[in-house]
Amino acid sequence: MASVLLRLTHLLTPKTDIVIRIVKYVLYDILQNRMLLGYTLFLLAVSFGLFNLGGDSTKGLVGLLNIVLIVTPLVSIIFSTIHLYNSAEFIELLAAQPVRRSVILWSEFFGLATAMKLAVLVGIGIPVAIFSPDLTGLTLVLVAAGLSVAFVSIAMLASVLTRDKARGIGLALLLWFYFALLYDALVLFLMFAFADYPLEKAMLGVIALNPIDLSRVVVLLQMDISALMGYTGALFREFLGTGTGIVFACIILLAWIFIPVFFAVRFFGKKDL
Amino acid sequence: MLTATSLSKSFGKLKALDDISVTMNAGQAVSLIGPNGSGKTTFLKCLLGLVVPDSGDIVLQGQSVLGQWDYRRKIGYMPQIGRYPDNMRVGQLFDMVREIRGEARPTDDDLIRAYEVEKFAHKPMRTLSGGTRQKVSACLAFLFNPDVLILDEPTAGLDPISSEMLKEKVLAEKEKGKLILVTSHILSDLDDLTTDVLYIMDGRIQFYQSIEQLKNRTGEDKFTRALAQVMKNGVGTATANSSANSKN
Repeated sequence: MASVLLRLTHLLTPKTDIVIRIVKYVLYDILQNRMLLGYTLFLLAVSFGLFNLGGDSTKGLVGLLNIVLIVTPLVSIIFSTIHLYNSAEFIELLAAQPVRRSVILWSEFFGLATAMKLAVLVGIGIPVAIFSPDLTGLTLVLVAAGLSVAFVSIAMLASVLTRDKARGIGLALLLWFYFALLYDALVLFLMFAFADYPLEKAMLGVIALNPIDLSRVVVLLQMDISALMGYTGALFREFLGTGTGIVFACIILLAWIFIPVFFAVRFFGKKDL
Repeated sequence: MLTATSLSKSFGKLKALDDISVTMNAGQAVSLIGPNGSGKTTFLKCLLGLVVPDSGDIVLQGQSVLGQWDYRRKIGYMPQIGRYPDNMRVGQLFDMVREIRGEARPTDDDLIRAYEVEKFAHKPMRTLSGGTRQKVSACLAFLFNPDVLILDEPTAGLDPISSEMLKEKVLAEKEKGKLILVTSHILSDLDDLTTDVLYIMDGRIQFYQSIEQLKNRTGEDKFTRALAQVMKNGVGTATANSSANSKN
């Protein structure tokens, strides 16, 4: 994943070498943070705990899925926002050097994304590799990593748009709350309100607008329990279960990863420091 | 060498810079003087691209700097308050800046030696006193032999000996034909450095004159006295404009 991302930067900025040089210092700063270590240990403990609880690895995976969908976005978005505000000095220092502003922000993004992925790969990847080394497990780990990076990206946008640290963290929490909890309630409300209409196809579009929902559906489909999701589930299976569906899901998740940070870079280019 | 034309910048309702036009040449040492909040730092930050002006243009050596980044190679900047990453050690900071610049030409380590930076190179930035931070900022500003030096309150917090070392360094660079922009509230610090005075108030240029012009006009032979007299008696805007124009 990291190498893929680095290759992508190659396409996006010709100055990959300077990005890598700065990422090194960003990562050095992040990896010293105890919160990251605590987060990794927490994920490890929860994963081992869930897998040892039931005995059935599918049960463990379902439990883990719920953790992944709630906790990893929350930690990613809050950690990233706090880190970006704490890096204000670092960013200011670099901005007075002959470095493009976009290079500074992309470096912060790749540093944060690498750190968050690392925590997920260790904290969830190792237990899954031990207890459930199959396609479902792999999907869960990849989705967790992708979801983490998507929320790093959303955090970048939130903190570039707000000047004040408290307001920035508030906005980050609000966004997480919206994607993790509020969105589902709204969708449910819409489904009841328009119950007389065939909404199944529209639901496909609706889940694409929320990376957490998308991740949930993709992993659940791998688990062969989509029958529990009724007719909509069958439709998801028909679409997302196929090759095109997987490609579609990947593209949407990549869009969630790159579009917010792309706009963050654009706004940052005109921001007063 | 450096020209700003009708530079304006507002922060909300506050007009930090209001139609600033000024030309500066190599070998000049321009003192930016004005009350707190008069727009001095905003002007310097515009030159660095840290603040994006609402309108107007800045041209350095024939090229507009707006939206550019590579020109910062030619600028050494010493901020008013040096803010650095807390966890980074002093030595790492220098390594990082060197690595990011990636310049082959030899660096100017005069100040690093003078301030004996290696003695506190292992300390994290957060443990440094305000004065030591200033030393680090000064070393970084001069490190890459820039054509333009921007020094925002350079001597604030420095002990007298370090302050004197810094002034000597600035003088030496001025002799090499560099453009130096310096702000300070300690007028005596500016005394032997300055060739020209740019007086800014409420985001507008009140006057821009060479030291000789200033002394002749006021009849005072000390820079600080001359300046104090002008500040006290107010500035004839007409003379200020004509002298600013004669510079261009």
